[in-house]
Formats: sequence, C-alpha cells, structure tokens
Amino acid sequence: MSMARMDPTDAAQAADVLKGMWSIRIFEEAVEELFSRGLLHGTMHLTIGQEAVAVGVCDALDEGDFITSTHRGHGHALAHGADPERMLAELLMKDTGYCRGRGGSMHIADVDSGNLGANGIVAGSMTIATGAALSQRLQETGKVVACFFGDGAANEGAFHEALNLASIWSLPVVFACENNQYGMSMAQEKSTAGGSVANRASAYGMPGVQVDGNDVVAVFEHSKEAVERARSGEGPSLLEFVTYRYRGHSKSDRNLYRTQQEIDEWRTTKDPLMLYEQRLRSLAWLGDGDIAAVQAAARERIRAAVAAAYKAPPALVDDLEGATYA
Amino acid sequence: MPETSSYAKAVGAALRLLLTEDPRVFLAGEDIGIYGGAFGITDGLVQEFGEDRVRDTPISEEVIVGLGVGAAITGLRPVVEVQFFDFIVNAMDPLVNQAAKLHFMYGGHVDVPMVVRAAGGGGTGAAQHSQSLEAWFAHVPGLKVVLPATPQDAHDLLLASVLDPNPVVFVEHKLLYKTEGPFESRARIADTPARIGEAKVVRHGTDLTIAAYSIMTVKALEAAKRLADAGIDAEVVDLRTVRPLDIETVRGSVRKTGRLLVGHEAPTAVGVGAEVVAGVVESDALDYLLAPVRRVCGRDNPMPYAKELERATIPQVDDIERSAKELMNA
Repeated sequence: MSMARMDPTDAAQAADVLKGMWSIRIFEEAVEELFSRGLLHGTMHLTIGQEAVAVGVCDALDEGDFITSTHRGHGHALAHGADPERMLAELLMKDTGYCRGRGGSMHIADVDSGNLGANGIVAGSMTIATGAALSQRLQETGKVVACFFGDGAANEGAFHEALNLASIWSLPVVFACENNQYGMSMAQEKSTAGGSVANRASAYGMPGVQVDGNDVVAVFEHSKEAVERARSGEGPSLLEFVTYRYRGHSKSDRNLYRTQQEIDEWRTTKDPLMLYEQRLRSLAWLGDGDIAAVQAAARERIRAAVAAAYKAPPALVDDLEGATYA
Repeated sequence: MPETSSYAKAVGAALRLLLTEDPRVFLAGEDIGIYGGAFGITDGLVQEFGEDRVRDTPISEEVIVGLGVGAAITGLRPVVEVQFFDFIVNAMDPLVNQAAKLHFMYGGHVDVPMVVRAAGGGGTGAAQHSQSLEAWFAHVPGLKVVLPATPQDAHDLLLASVLDPNPVVFVEHKLLYKTEGPFESRARIADTPARIGEAKVVRHGTDLTIAAYSIMTVKALEAAKRLADAGIDAEVVDLRTVRPLDIETVRGSVRKTGRLLVGHEAPTAVGVGAEVVAGVVESDALDYLLAPVRRVCGRDNPMPYAKELERATIPQVDDIERSAKELMNA
C-alpha cells in the first residue's frame, strides 16, 4: 500500500497524510523496541520528530518519480511507498527483506518503485541523484528526483559538485535538506558557514528557501513548487527543511551536546504530528475520534508488519559470493 | 593485408560504435567535447553525436563518476572518463562505496552497468599524473578492472565492458595511445570476441612464463624476442583483466614452463603481481616450479619527474630480460 502522493491541504486526503506520518513514528518506535530486545544488528538512525519532511516531500512527487535517501532513511522509504513488512524483514535479517539481509537499515532500496536507496555515506547519494536526473532527461521520462540529505552533507564536496552540475545542466532534481540541527553531535551553526544551507543556493544559480520542516503543509507546498519547476525543465531547487530529531544520532549517542530542555521544547511545542492534528481540528476536517482512529490504523499496520516479518525465513549464506556481481 | 590502427583510434572507434548502436550509452568527462579529450580519444564525437550524449563536464570527478552510478541504475549505460587515473582519488566514494556495492547491498535488485575510463601509467613526468592504481580497485569486491595492451584488445574489451552489467574500471596506458597494431573493427557491439576475465597467451614458449598486462605485456614481448636470440623460449600471458583474474591460464602456463615471472608497472608491494604469485603457489602448479618466482614490478617510490628517474622506477625491457635469464639459471 502506497502512502505517498497525497495532498495535506485536501480535506478528503488529510487522514491519509496523517496516517503516513503516524506510520513512520510507530514504525520507528517498533524498531527501537526490537533493537532494545536484541533482535536487530548493528546500529540504526531513527527519524522520530522529522516525519513531516519525508511525507511532505514525497507527497509532492508523482507516481514513478525517484527519491534518494540518507542513513536516516526509514521515513523517506515509507513515505515513498515502501512496504513496512519488507523493511522490517530487512532489519530483522530475513531473506524476504528489501535487500535479502545484505543491506540493512542504511541500504533499503526499491529501484523499481523509484526508491534509489538509503545511503550510509553522508552526501553519497547527491551525485547519484544528479545522475538519475540526467538519466530522466536523456530518456525523456518527465520524471523528477527528490534528493534527501542532512545538514551535515552540505559541507561535503559531493554537495557542491552535485548542485553545480545539476544547475548548469538544468536537471530535474529537488535537493531536499533535512536540517535536524546536528551532524551527529556537531551543531549546524558551528559547522555551516554562511548562516544557512539554503543560502548556498544562490551560489549555484538556483532558488533556495528555508522552510519550517515540522509543518507538513509548508513542506508539501514548497516541494510541489520545486517539483513542478524541475519537471518543466527549469532546473533544480534547494529546499532546507528545519526540523529536529528527538533521539540521538544513533544508538550509541549519549546526547552530551544538547540539553533535555531543548529536546522537550521541540517535542511539546513543535511536534509535526501534533501540529498537523491541531490544524485538522481547527479546520474541522478531523475530530478527536477520527484522529484516534488514524493512530489506531497506523499502529495496526505496523503491528501486522512486525508479526509477519518476524515469521519470515532468515537471510541465506549460500549464495553470498555469487551475489557480488550481476 | 590486415588493417592497422593506433590504440587511441581503436578506443575512439569503440566509443563511436557504442554511441551509434546503443541509445543508452552516453559519455561524460572533462574536455571530451570540442577539445576532443586530453589525449584526443573523443575527437569528433561531439560533432557527430551532440552535446547530450558527449557531455563536457566541469572539473568535478566525484560527480562525474557519481552521475554515472545514478544513470546506470536508472536504465542507461554511461561511459564516464576520469582524465588521468590519478584524479580518480577524488571519486573514490562513488566508485568504491556506491558503484561497487549497490548490486550486492540492494539484494541483487539493481545492476550498475557503467564504465569508468582513465589514462594510467607513466610518461607524463611526475607523481600526480603517472600512477598505476589498479591494485586498489582490484581489491574491491564488485568492481571489474580491465587494462588492455593492444589496439584490438582496447577496442574489443571496451565493447565487452559496456556489455557487462557491472561497474568496470577501464585503464588505458597513455604511452600505448600512439602504438600501432593489427586491427579489425566490429560491425556490432555484440560482435566483440573479448570476454572480461580471460587472459590470453600472446606468445607460446616452453622455458618460462611471463605474466603481465597493459604496457608490460608489450615490454614482455620485446624481452621474449631478445631471450629467443639467447636460446630462451618465453611464454607471455597477457592478463588483460586483473579483476576477475584468470589465474587458471597462468597456472596452465606454469605447469608447462616451470618458471614464473610477473611484471607490472605499478609498485611491487601489495600489487597484482603478489596476487598472481599467490594464485599459482596455492595450486598444484607449485609442484611444477623449477625455480623461485620473480616479480619485475615498479619500485616502491612515487613516480619521479626526471626522465632517467622515471625509467628507473618502471620496469624496462632490459629488466625483464635480465630477470628472466637469472630465473633460468636459478
């Protein structure tokens, strides 16, 4: 079931948009629990608090458009229509997972449906997104690529090479910066010269705008504009979505670089789910009962996915060497 | 009378055939358009095929290779160029972390059919324009590494590289570009007889095996001629591909000759030569060895500027000849 391509400004679709965001939140909480029970391997990067960026950007895309993602990519995959059961199967090291247990949390991809993959290298997907956009141009598909990256990636060389090339060739790509304020522990204001990521757009001759990344409507509307611009051949845009992650960078994070007070302030006053629910109530599009029903439906969807993935057969050692080359 | 071609023209002819026949193929790289490429390989192609398919890029190696990855996984067959092999250092992430691994780490659900062309080897006068870095890439699961020695192989193996569904690092030797050799062009891409991962016995002999690739194959053949005058019958194996490495052909040759000499221009330590030696001694070919194996490879120093210093750093025909004679007397 695809959760993508809905309009959060449309009353009839509002519940589905909200369900998309809750699905990500509940998916991540489920993953956190599975990890704490020792059922997952390695580490993971949770996107709790950033759900509006994934949903707002992906809902501005059309069926068949592409995304590239980051190490914090569960939300992007779900928002672009990934099956939570196959995602959980991957995390649980099952053969039925998106990558047959070879990729894990950081490499979930479904190229056929337009997800070109999460990436364990910061800014690693930015040049790939640029190439995929060139590919759309050369094949005249009319498709667009949305390239998710974090604020930390804006200080990698790949960011600058990709933006420059995409701009001089007017490629159909939307650079979507998910600025959650910290590159691991490094605060964005300490790491990033020039005041903001969006400011860098002017150097590359493209529109750049800083957007409230916790307001799914604002994310959607700015993304829609950038997607249309890309699709009509006018070239790339740089969108900087200011958001916040509640959890640490990964499971090893002791949160020494920020205060509990800061985290609590974002959670209680700027939470993206809460903000959208408030909006839906004030527009009288959804009541308390409707919202509770959306949350319950999202919870059931993820619960069923966990149960099914848990029962799936494990990843196989047999054909490991033969899997290296196509 | 068979036709002949220079190595450079043979590569250019392969690119022309690829662009003509396969609409999925495009080229991207620095100065490959109106300039014709730093070594003249792409001369005339932009006029023939247009700027969409012969794409001049900024000096941005990371995005040149990265865009190849993105285009390859979405249906195209990019042939991207890193002007000097040395500059590939700037593109290590898209090549090593991305191109090499996507097929595997996405569970086999995607192929990365791209070719990265680069001009390697000595001859340009100094350390940052003359390196032989092939061992780095041969060490990475997921990459294939091809280093042709002749105009015909350069042509045929480039076609085979584009037909391959995996990322291929295709290294042309800049001192071979002007060399001439017998040449037959192919009417269609699929007509290429070359297969990646197949070595070739380019001179048959009975006294010792010289395994080499790229320009060292040419030097080994020259050394074999001189050895023949001295009554030594050398067999020369051109590896052609160093990953995957056709070790079986080398083993077969060693079983026949009983002696092995491995030559390459890249530094000796931790090089492809060590892998060839290991591949022989860990098989029953070890039992056929009549003498210790030898490596005649590059010195373990960066490439110097002065011509004589460069000559001393790279193995020459004399070095192969001398080493082969020592091996015969060992």
